[in-house]
Amino acid sequence: MTQTKTTSHITKSDLAYDPGLNRNIFNNILTFTTAIFSFVSVLPLILVLSYVLIKGGSQINLSLITQLPEPPGDDLVSAGGIGNAILGTFIVTTIASIIAIPMGVGGGIYLAEYSNGGWFSRFIRFGTNVLSGVPSIIAGVCVYGVIVSTKIIFGANFSGIAGGIALSILMLPTVIKTTDEGLKLVSDDLRKGALGVGASKFITISRITLPTAFTPIATGIVLAIARAAGETAPLIFTALFSFYWPSGSQALFNPIASLSVLIYNFALEPYEAQNQLAWAASFVLVMLILLTNLFSRWLRNFTSINKS
Amino acid sequence: MKGSSQTKQSDREITISLQNVTISYGNSEAVRNIYCDIPRGKVTALIGPSGCGKSTILRSLNRMNDLIQGCSLTGRVLFEGADIYDPKVDPVEVRRRIGMVFQQPNPFPKSIYENIAFGARINGYTGNLDELVETSLKKAAVWDECKDKLNESGCSLSGGQQQRLCIARTIAIQPDVILMDEPCSALDPISTLKIEETMHELKKNFTIIIVTHNMQQALRVSDMTAFYNAEKLETGSGGKVGYLVEFNKTDKIFNSPTQKATQDYISGKFG
Repeated sequence: MTQTKTTSHITKSDLAYDPGLNRNIFNNILTFTTAIFSFVSVLPLILVLSYVLIKGGSQINLSLITQLPEPPGDDLVSAGGIGNAILGTFIVTTIASIIAIPMGVGGGIYLAEYSNGGWFSRFIRFGTNVLSGVPSIIAGVCVYGVIVSTKIIFGANFSGIAGGIALSILMLPTVIKTTDEGLKLVSDDLRKGALGVGASKFITISRITLPTAFTPIATGIVLAIARAAGETAPLIFTALFSFYWPSGSQALFNPIASLSVLIYNFALEPYEAQNQLAWAASFVLVMLILLTNLFSRWLRNFTSINKS
Repeated sequence: MKGSSQTKQSDREITISLQNVTISYGNSEAVRNIYCDIPRGKVTALIGPSGCGKSTILRSLNRMNDLIQGCSLTGRVLFEGADIYDPKVDPVEVRRRIGMVFQQPNPFPKSIYENIAFGARINGYTGNLDELVETSLKKAAVWDECKDKLNESGCSLSGGQQQRLCIARTIAIQPDVILMDEPCSALDPISTLKIEETMHELKKNFTIIIVTHNMQQALRVSDMTAFYNAEKLETGSGGKVGYLVEFNKTDKIFNSPTQKATQDYISGKFG
């Protein structure tokens, strides 16, 4: 009799959700708090994007990407375009990629496939982590000291080559790390399978493990490029800026314009026209980086769909 | 005269010969003082309790142990009379003659066709690839199941089909010997049966050495059986070292073993 009474008692009221209960109040407060914090953390992204969109988006027109920027004070109405800066950003980032991708992928292959966990590979891994934390301005100063001020590359002073080298230093740790980790994700069974049918180590890596790890490696490379394209500090010390199109055989050995340095220079000018151009350049740069990031996402999805 | 011709006769029948082989991981011995002559064109099963070093022995036969850090071998492993641990020997070349099928099916993330063609291509095969793919898949008894989807990924097959694909992949490099490391332990009974049938076909052309935990399987597929056991090390560190207890025709091992340990193991008293 008592037994049945208790049972019915439990099902009727005790199992019902009671919002007044201490733990439920606490739970709701915490859920609300974390929601607020997560919103606040994406707020900067929304603000930056929308501000750049409003300020810069209105300036977009064809002459922006076909014309050269005008030196401050020449023309108070218009500051010209950012054509050479867009081209310069592409050139400098390409130079950086040409240096950083083979070196980084090669280093990652060594760490994941050839090293045996000895002091050398531990040192490289540690060094890579340190390098990824080095402030970008240090990379710029370093390249300035080693390459620009010594004119070691064919007597070139500030140059696109020097800028590319500085950016490659920033890309390198990301590329090494993603290659290393991407290869480590490949199952050892596959390597054994390849060796078991008489493949050499080189064939195993080039035909089996690298293709299998293509997606994470490619994604890492694209993200590294996106990061490098937006850097300013290393370029101020190395590539400097130019008001002209890069041209002629000496193009890469002369100062070269880039979007980020154009923004840095023109945003600080007292002339309104130059400020507006800086906003337009910000918009273009943000869009380029956004597109690169979207491309890396697409790359990940595209290949994962193909696999399954 | 008669004696010498007899030795020659037996030499011709032996494909792999282990002579006083001891394999160590770091400083601890895994198997000790193995003498074993594996006959050509037969299925040889290696059985024994866990930790007795059967897989270690198997891997040593095509130098797969090279991939394991700190693994070292003393003694001689003769393949067709040549020591495969000679410093002048290229392990890649050894693995082309002695192929291996693993415990977990591990097809390459490529098409079924490419899975088979891969080994042949890297071995410089110049014949008709289509034909090779077909005969290899047929020999591994998986042709009927995948002849219509040769361009699909090898990973889209079921576990048992994947394992037979891996066997076909190994056959395609036309090795002399096929090593199988518990090839059915990840498979269901029906797939296991199919692979065992495949092995019966294969032994017409290849020498097969198989490690298995399943004594019934050893009884079903093998002509020769080697029983390994493990004993505690004298040092008392709790480590174990494996050794070969008995090596004989399979029906001898299962019906009238000479060693008590063998008798105990096959009757299920331990292991």
